[in-house]
Amino acid sequence: MRGFCGKKMSVVLALMASTTMAQAEDVEVLHWWTSGGEAAALGVLKDNLASQGIGWVDMPVSGGGGEAAMTTLRARVTAGNAPTAVQMLGFDIQDWAAEGALGNLDAVAAAEGWDAVVPGALQAFSKYDGHWIAAPVNVHSTNWVWANKSILDGLGIAQPKTWDEFVAAMTAVKDSGKVALAHGGQAWQDATVFDGVVLSVGGTDFYKAAFVDLDPAALGGEQMVEAFRRMEILRSFADDNFSGRDWNLASAMVINGEAAFQIMGDWAKGEFLNAGKVPGQDFLCFRVPGSEGTVSFNSDQFAMFNVASEGAKAAQATMAADIMSPAFQSAFNVVKGSVPARTDVPNDAFDACGKQGMADLAAASAAGKLVGSMAHGHANRAAVKNAIYDVVTAAFNGEYDAAKAANELVSAVEAAK
Amino acid sequence: MSGVSQDTAVRTSAVTRTFIYVVLLLFALFYLLPFFVMLVNSLKPLSEITGGNMMALPQEWTIAPWLSAWSTAQIGVEPTGLKPYFMNSILMVVPAVAISTVFGALNGYVLTKWRFRGDSILFGLMLFSCFIPFQIVLIPMAMVLGKIGLAGSVSGLVLVHVVYGIGFTTLYFRNYYASFPTELVRAAMIDGAGFFRIFWRIMLPVSGPIAVVSVIWQFTNIWNDFLFGASFGGQSQPMTVALNNLVQSSTGVKEYNVHFAGAILAALPTLFVYIVAGRYFVRGLMAGSVKG
Amino acid sequence: MAHSAQQVDIRTRLQDLIPKLVLSPSIAAILVFVYGFIAFTIFLSFTDSKMLPSYDLVGFENYAKLWNLSAWWTAVANLAIFASLYIVICTAIGLTLAILLDQKIRGEGMLRPIYLYPMALSFIVTGTAWKWFLDPGIGLENTMHLWGWESFEFGWIKDRNMAIYTIVIAAVWQTSGFVMAMFLAGLRGIDNEILKAAQIDGASNWQLYRRIVIPMLRPAFMSAFVILSHLAVKSYDLVVALTGGGPGRATELPATFMYSYTFTRNSMGIGASSAVIMLMTIAAIMTPYLYAELREKK
Repeated sequence: MRGFCGKKMSVVLALMASTTMAQAEDVEVLHWWTSGGEAAALGVLKDNLASQGIGWVDMPVSGGGGEAAMTTLRARVTAGNAPTAVQMLGFDIQDWAAEGALGNLDAVAAAEGWDAVVPGALQAFSKYDGHWIAAPVNVHSTNWVWANKSILDGLGIAQPKTWDEFVAAMTAVKDSGKVALAHGGQAWQDATVFDGVVLSVGGTDFYKAAFVDLDPAALGGEQMVEAFRRMEILRSFADDNFSGRDWNLASAMVINGEAAFQIMGDWAKGEFLNAGKVPGQDFLCFRVPGSEGTVSFNSDQFAMFNVASEGAKAAQATMAADIMSPAFQSAFNVVKGSVPARTDVPNDAFDACGKQGMADLAAASAAGKLVGSMAHGHANRAAVKNAIYDVVTAAFNGEYDAAKAANELVSAVEAAK
Repeated sequence: MSGVSQDTAVRTSAVTRTFIYVVLLLFALFYLLPFFVMLVNSLKPLSEITGGNMMALPQEWTIAPWLSAWSTAQIGVEPTGLKPYFMNSILMVVPAVAISTVFGALNGYVLTKWRFRGDSILFGLMLFSCFIPFQIVLIPMAMVLGKIGLAGSVSGLVLVHVVYGIGFTTLYFRNYYASFPTELVRAAMIDGAGFFRIFWRIMLPVSGPIAVVSVIWQFTNIWNDFLFGASFGGQSQPMTVALNNLVQSSTGVKEYNVHFAGAILAALPTLFVYIVAGRYFVRGLMAGSVKG
Repeated sequence: MAHSAQQVDIRTRLQDLIPKLVLSPSIAAILVFVYGFIAFTIFLSFTDSKMLPSYDLVGFENYAKLWNLSAWWTAVANLAIFASLYIVICTAIGLTLAILLDQKIRGEGMLRPIYLYPMALSFIVTGTAWKWFLDPGIGLENTMHLWGWESFEFGWIKDRNMAIYTIVIAAVWQTSGFVMAMFLAGLRGIDNEILKAAQIDGASNWQLYRRIVIPMLRPAFMSAFVILSHLAVKSYDLVVALTGGGPGRATELPATFMYSYTFTRNSMGIGASSAVIMLMTIAAIMTPYLYAELREKK
């Protein structure tokens, strides 16, 4: 009798335990911010959630700018146990939404008023079919130049405002025996430079016609030939040893005074700050000359997957709300080097470059000059992006001349569409 | 299975011998070089690496990178270092190696001593399975693991590694047992010994060398696997995935000294196995796989 | 009497069944997880799968697309260069080291693990070190310059036409020691009496090796060839760690091609068709070997 009673009790206890479990659900997060400062910055979100009674199950997979994580994600979804939230970029979010794998954040978005504070160009990725499916964490922009101030001062070079001034400045640096342009020859870095160059040639209209609408006339036209010519010029200012170099080693060249300029996204700022350099004093940040006023962005977002139970849905919504809270947006982006994804966050905590980035984003968004970065998958789908990569990299490495490159671009994009 | 013969009939002059030693030492240098680079740079402060010669010895020796890689480096949102992942790898590797070796031994025993019609074809099918590129099985494997409820678990990982290891272990044991005199097995059968009794009493006691080969091979491959670990590991990610997370930061500062220290830490178990069991390795290979 | 005969009969039949029962789990696993999955991949190669598997058939379209991609041709050509050099050099170094090490060398116990250890390390571990070493700016070239040899040049990894050879170097580094072990095992298995007899007949060392020892190593050559060729076809992390397929896409191999189309370019159909071609290549190499191997044993 006693034995029976005991059994019954334990069953009841087990049932109670499982219901409490369901109320305080964990969120499982797949991401590739796996090391150093950015991982620590994400830890802030984890602590926020912990204070609301939501556990964080970490699922970090890094490699190839999220490529390994996306492979893992595919295995997880195919196996039928998708994570709660997944760090994702650009069109990947839309592709997963099209597969019907993502959840719906409309309720929390309406309650928190996301529609009003998130730039429209970002919403294009965070929404599918009019419904919120992802919470944007940050906005990076790619058309930045990072410069060593003491080299410029030593040679009497002012911050270049136009493309011609930029070329003249680089010539002066090269003549002085320093490396003019620090660059890492990896496909995505070549493409990152190309973002800025295309904007400097033809502005946002041309950029959109080429990379978003994939108009053959733009892709193969005279302006594109000019863009490739500018890439050839940039190539001539890089040292002979650029191929395969990691971007942060290129940044180190600017930091150490070996090189004057680097064209790279705003994540490069972290390297400068980490080396104890001060923006405005030791290094300068400015838009790729000729592309002022425009911003080519990429945005890390957390796509929210379908989860079954109500408890899990509640935890997911809480996580989304926490991501979008101004406090987290500020804290995270100060560390990451990017700017907040919502435009109403106070800029007090940011440094000079960060403040400029926030102002640029707001202005470009208002003027309709905010475009998705081709290099980071915010202008077109992965297949097209990689086709463009192939041509840009081949041209940059001297395989095609400018005219041939523009021709190849048309056919490569056509084949990948 | 003739014994190892260190004795060689070839005689060489002193000049030739000097030449031989020089060649052997040069190759030793070639093999050691990457390890030297990793070791030296793991003992330097970061500033000395980014500003200096990668071959130079540290001006300031430090073990801080090692401590950081082991217990405080940021991996995912937790600053845990590689320490917790070490156990995950052990929990996965030990059963996977043990199970695939046992199956390999039994399969090899059946395929050489209890032959039946069509066994060669079955063996051919198993052998061919060693050669499939693992990337193609990822998606269907995920489907199957999801169906049988093993996705994201250690058991799932063990299953995957056992399945794709059986081909090699069977090959090793089959070739090894093939040179074992079948008459002994016949005689035991006539004495009334059964299948498992013969295996236990006759085959197993002589299987030492080839078991070493099988264990080394499986241990190395499974310990070093990244693809399956990242895809099916779930919450119990193995060491390689953690190491990759440590060294492949997307847009963060790269602490090369910590990366190198972590890389050596992650490689220690396999290095240990090679150095300790290495002498039996050649012996096992000799008795097994290369004798065809 | 009849009863016990029947019992014996059941016993022997059970004995006959046990070996097959023991073998069956492995066979079943292989049929599902290897051959089932290969069939699935072949099926995918005829569908319009993009990000996830799809079940709409498109005929040979993926194959047509595949052979129209210049990157695929590059990958195939690279594999031909890489595999032939890799197999030949590994075999040559492995054999040389094994023969030298077989000359009663003092310190063999030290040297052998040094030659073998690279096999124990994955390229996730050694990739960065190799990349540095080959990089002219910080690696070997720079070191030689610092040591006073100013004209020394070694920039292959940055050169589109030469980068594939750096992959060969690193691959040879990883596996040649293992091949050495296989040959050493083969050498140690040769009966010394045969060699002594030949020496009495006046054969020189060179002749001894060329005429007698090397022909006797045939099984070791066969095993080395099979292991090396499958490693060559599967080579993936090596390329990713060293060059990421660059400069440009100059060092793409079929394995990296397949991975990138299946998983990062969201063209699973094309990825599957390249996998099928890879499998056919492996089958073409393996079948004669398997046939010879299995017939010999009969």
